[in-house]
Amino acid sequence: MSKFVVENRIRDKEESLSRAELESLQTSRLRKTIEQVQQIPFYQKRFAEAGIAPGKIQTLDDLQRLPFTTKADLRGEYPLGMLAVDKKDVARYHGSSGTTGQPTMVAYTQNDLNMWSNLCARFLTGGGLRPEHSVQIAFGYGLFTGGFGLHYGVERVGASVIPAAAGNTPKQIMLMMDMQVDALVCTPSYALNISEFIIQNDIPRNALNLKYAHFGGEPWTEDMRTRIEDEMGILCFNNYGLSEVIGPGVSGECAARDGMHIAEDAFIVECINPDTLEPVDPGEEGELVFTSLSKEAMPIIRYRTRDIAALNPEPCICGRTHVRMSRVTGRSDDMLIIKGVNVYPSQIEQALLRVKGTAPHYQIEVDRPDRKDVVSVKVEMTEESFSSSMKDMQELKDRIDRAIQTITGLRMNIELVSPNTLERFVGKAQRVVDHRCG
Amino acid sequence: MKLKQLSVFLENKPGRLRELCALLADNNINMITISLADTEQFGILRLIVSDCEAAKNILEEKGFVAKITEVIAVEVNDEPGGLRDVLQVEEAAGISVEYMYAFTIKSGENAVLLFRFDDMDKAVDALQSTGFKVLDSVALFQRTDG
Repeated sequence: MSKFVVENRIRDKEESLSRAELESLQTSRLRKTIEQVQQIPFYQKRFAEAGIAPGKIQTLDDLQRLPFTTKADLRGEYPLGMLAVDKKDVARYHGSSGTTGQPTMVAYTQNDLNMWSNLCARFLTGGGLRPEHSVQIAFGYGLFTGGFGLHYGVERVGASVIPAAAGNTPKQIMLMMDMQVDALVCTPSYALNISEFIIQNDIPRNALNLKYAHFGGEPWTEDMRTRIEDEMGILCFNNYGLSEVIGPGVSGECAARDGMHIAEDAFIVECINPDTLEPVDPGEEGELVFTSLSKEAMPIIRYRTRDIAALNPEPCICGRTHVRMSRVTGRSDDMLIIKGVNVYPSQIEQALLRVKGTAPHYQIEVDRPDRKDVVSVKVEMTEESFSSSMKDMQELKDRIDRAIQTITGLRMNIELVSPNTLERFVGKAQRVVDHRCG
Repeated sequence: MKLKQLSVFLENKPGRLRELCALLADNNINMITISLADTEQFGILRLIVSDCEAAKNILEEKGFVAKITEVIAVEVNDEPGGLRDVLQVEEAAGISVEYMYAFTIKSGENAVLLFRFDDMDKAVDALQSTGFKVLDSVALFQRTDG
């Protein structure tokens, strides 16, 4: 276990406003946001269809009358249909981490970037970051919001950044040793790889000065936290975000590490039953829905994240009043996050449709047997694709493998199975068996 | 001059091969010879049976993927060099073997070699023009029914 102790520190006064003060701030910001989204034809149309005059949205309760925004809506408005400002006022673009076909683009004004950096600085501060620390960022830099979001957050705190970016584990460890890095930022599964490398190469723990880490980008478990903390002798903090809402910084753990505080001065969070769309009781699991309160370039109303978590409105010992969310325990759609990449089962179907002779019956099994995500795709044989020649069968597997790789960017194990052995579904198919979070 | 072979996809699961054999036995279909190509995860069963079409239908009804493929049956003396001689001919004609298996026929003097070549027609020509005995199904069953 880590000997490092994080002393409680709160960065902004907004983090500990009373509920009344917070709601008053949220209300005035919501009204402004409703005005702003009238610049977006998509929202004009949505409001009109729902028969809601923008001026009628005055209180936080009124928000519930507004329609949801979904990922499909964002795809439909690709690339910049959701932009509420002039293009010349955009300072940066990012995109969703999905690798297939059409991404969803998000835009930031300079004010948005400042606000976002500050949100990242908040949870980093809550999780131990001090101006004298150095932080190695082993997230991908690029369209993905993780790298840049955390980078600017660390700078905002006044600490130093080592922008190592993702991959090349030996070099990551060399940098951590040589630079005596204090903190690591990456996905939890990548941290497991780093830890494994350290163990396998007998690198003594005292060669590193690492004290803590901030993980995000994918769901993980308490077991993983314990394992990484024990192996690396560090403290691990969880944070959450998604590009559609802003990126990392939507929420993050404080020193109490008992749920992630959602930046409620920047977002209104709702937790709904994904089937009935009605709010669930506090503490119950549901799908998180976010409305932005201070975004300029791409304000968003009631965005359905598809992430399942529970909200805890109880006051936290750290003094922050912002509601806490649990770990994300699942999805209300069938999206998988594999090695940090968003994958939808429909992409596998798309790949199989490209390979002549294969049936669109498949099952995806995900496991993390040796710290790395392993995905197996079971594909049913058909008479058309079956051949008496092993060479042909190998080629068939290779063709499926390549098609899946082209669409998802990931290598998966292809298993050919007998016809009619995979379960058939009436209605919504359950094509994924995920053993990682069991 | 080609022979029909039944190929069946077999998932590596206990009981799968037995199930297939039971189906053929219950329907009075005799296996003349059988070969199994296996990988870690699945196998390809190749069969020469008394009634290929019937066997295919029976297996398909029970959810197997089966396919009829042509192979070439060559009768050679059951003695050292029998296979080598055939391969020499095909090599000279520039033909490759995709897979093969063999069995001896009941009298014990001759062996039958079963081949899948990359160019089946050319392979038959090459064999016949060099005097090899290529068996059709009638000739094969005459020999195996004893």
